[in-house]
Amino acid sequence: MAELTYREALRRALDEELERDDRVFLMGEEIGRFEGSYKVTAGLWAKYGPKRVRETPISEEGFVGAGIGAAMLGLRPVVEIMTINFILVAQDMVVNHAAKIRYMFGGKVGVPMVIRTPGGAGAQLTAQHSQSLEVWFAHVPGLKVVAPSNPADAYGLLKSAIRDDDPVLFVENLVLYNVTGSVPEPEEDFTLPLGRAHVAREGTDLTIVAHSYTVRRALAVADRLAQSGFEAEVVDLRTLRPLDVDTVVESVRKTNRVLIAEEGWATYGVGAELAARIGRACFDDLDAPPERVAGAEVPMPYAKPLELAALALEDKVEAAARSLLAECGLVGSA
Amino acid sequence: MARAVDEVHDVLQDGEQALRLLRLMLLIRRFEERAEEQYTRARIGGYLHLAIGEEAANVGSIDCLGPDDYLFTSYRDHAAALAVGSSPAAVMAELFGKVTGVARGYGGSMHLLDVDRRFLGGWGIVGGHLPIAVGAALALDYRDVAGAVLCQFGDGATNIGAFHEALNLAAVWSLPIVFQVINNLYGMGTSVEQSSAEPELYKRACAYRMHGERVDGNDLLAVREAAGRLLTRAREESRPALLETTTYRFRGHSVADAGKAYRTAEELASWRERDPIARYAGLLREHDLLDDGQLESMRKEVADEVSEAIREAAAAPAPDLGGLYENVYGDERWREQFERMDTAAPFGERMETRSWQS
Repeated sequence: MAELTYREALRRALDEELERDDRVFLMGEEIGRFEGSYKVTAGLWAKYGPKRVRETPISEEGFVGAGIGAAMLGLRPVVEIMTINFILVAQDMVVNHAAKIRYMFGGKVGVPMVIRTPGGAGAQLTAQHSQSLEVWFAHVPGLKVVAPSNPADAYGLLKSAIRDDDPVLFVENLVLYNVTGSVPEPEEDFTLPLGRAHVAREGTDLTIVAHSYTVRRALAVADRLAQSGFEAEVVDLRTLRPLDVDTVVESVRKTNRVLIAEEGWATYGVGAELAARIGRACFDDLDAPPERVAGAEVPMPYAKPLELAALALEDKVEAAARSLLAECGLVGSA
Repeated sequence: MARAVDEVHDVLQDGEQALRLLRLMLLIRRFEERAEEQYTRARIGGYLHLAIGEEAANVGSIDCLGPDDYLFTSYRDHAAALAVGSSPAAVMAELFGKVTGVARGYGGSMHLLDVDRRFLGGWGIVGGHLPIAVGAALALDYRDVAGAVLCQFGDGATNIGAFHEALNLAAVWSLPIVFQVINNLYGMGTSVEQSSAEPELYKRACAYRMHGERVDGNDLLAVREAAGRLLTRAREESRPALLETTTYRFRGHSVADAGKAYRTAEELASWRERDPIARYAGLLREHDLLDDGQLESMRKEVADEVSEAIREAAAAPAPDLGGLYENVYGDERWREQFERMDTAAPFGERMETRSWQS
């Protein structure tokens, strides 16, 4: 095991897959000589050259489409979109094309492509650069959506995504890039399967479900709750489509209470989907209706106090958790 | 087979070749006429976009494709499928939504393809397939294959962002692709003059320092010569080009459009005089390569072939309902990846409720 940042873990996964399979190539804005807007691809252009690490113009619709075409001919493009906000200009390529191709062509051709892109907020990047749009894509049959919360997961899931035969949206997080964690050594060929959630912390009083950066917040909140004598279980979804409902349900059956936390907007979000699933699967297990906590339903404001108020930070997640516990008559010891 | 430029001019020296091309255009014409009729009999659903009048623009370029070349086209794609050699019965079956269709009944009229013949679709979003075709050219370049991509689209596609992004990428990356705009003068009911600040569409290539040229799309040999030359150049020099082929659709945008609200009877009549098939047949007559008897028997042959295609398509089974969820994903692990998503899924989506239809 090595101690790596989330950024370095991603880079190692890309490096290994480029090395392993010559059908794999990278494509995106500033990913070559500039070494990536967030430096994920640093060093790879120098190592693999301009053919394997292809710099593109600012032309998301164009180069996402080019990735699709190359994938249809059997290559395995890994396309970087500088931030998830810019994927909207390529939405037609992702939703109308990549997601549909295999099905509407009767299974005769597929799109083994990965689109990597960071989402998230918290750096005063304001309304057009602070979104968590992954649920838009998780809504669409034909796509897979992955959103790792830590370096080891980022490493194992990215390698799986690149080896997958279907289009995968791989959602990173701006605030996670510098977070460190233990990552398996290359010789282990470590991968993580898509469609499997992970119990990041065990507990008995409450389940908190989250993905991406919000998992870290949930873990911090679980520590705070422990001070009051409550043991929260934290489920890291890892992938949003396929969604591992079983792991969530198993946990809720144990804790009888569930809070779904997400960084994006709650309406029609991950929590909405999970609450419906939990409502059906755990109808007799719940001590209270599933609760949701998420970002404020406003475009992200700039001013720091406003931005902090809009984010689903630890305090807000904790307040939601305590409110849910109180609803069940549990007030805590502190 | 790939053909050198001088060979392209040789169509008139080779009677068999000359007649083959005529027959192909007659087949497309007949196929489209019968598809229109089948649509009115409700054997075909959805949209149906016919290429009647555009046969030369299709056959002329597609006939130049070589063994390593790929074809992409728009939703007006029946002609392309027939021109690459897909079986008329399988194409008609796709229109009928039958399991013997080229896309097993999952795609319909707009999403024909023939992977074995490197025809990668029939695409339904105007202009959306242009970047994808660029990616196919990129894959050829990546693998050092001396092939090229022919990407066809209508005049309406030239005003969408994807057109400009695709041409720019193809040019900055120097990719082997020929963009063929089949300019039939109208995007649905809106004329090129009304929608394009530069209505001479081939000139847009200049903005990308790309070769652009316009040919009479109703002149089979002119299309064939230009497409053959540009495809050869794409293969040999890995350079893109924009080829504009001007033509006219004798029918409306789709079968639901009579095509008369925005066009005059005089305009239609003037284009009928330039019917690409009659024109080419006339040329063959002049060169003593065709007589009335041959033309008649060829018409009968293709009519029989299309009738047989309709018979086969009508007799073929619809796709099995059990296949509703097939091919959404293709990775061999997709079932195990998704199995844990079954719990508490909506009615009809979770396995225990899937049988509600049976």
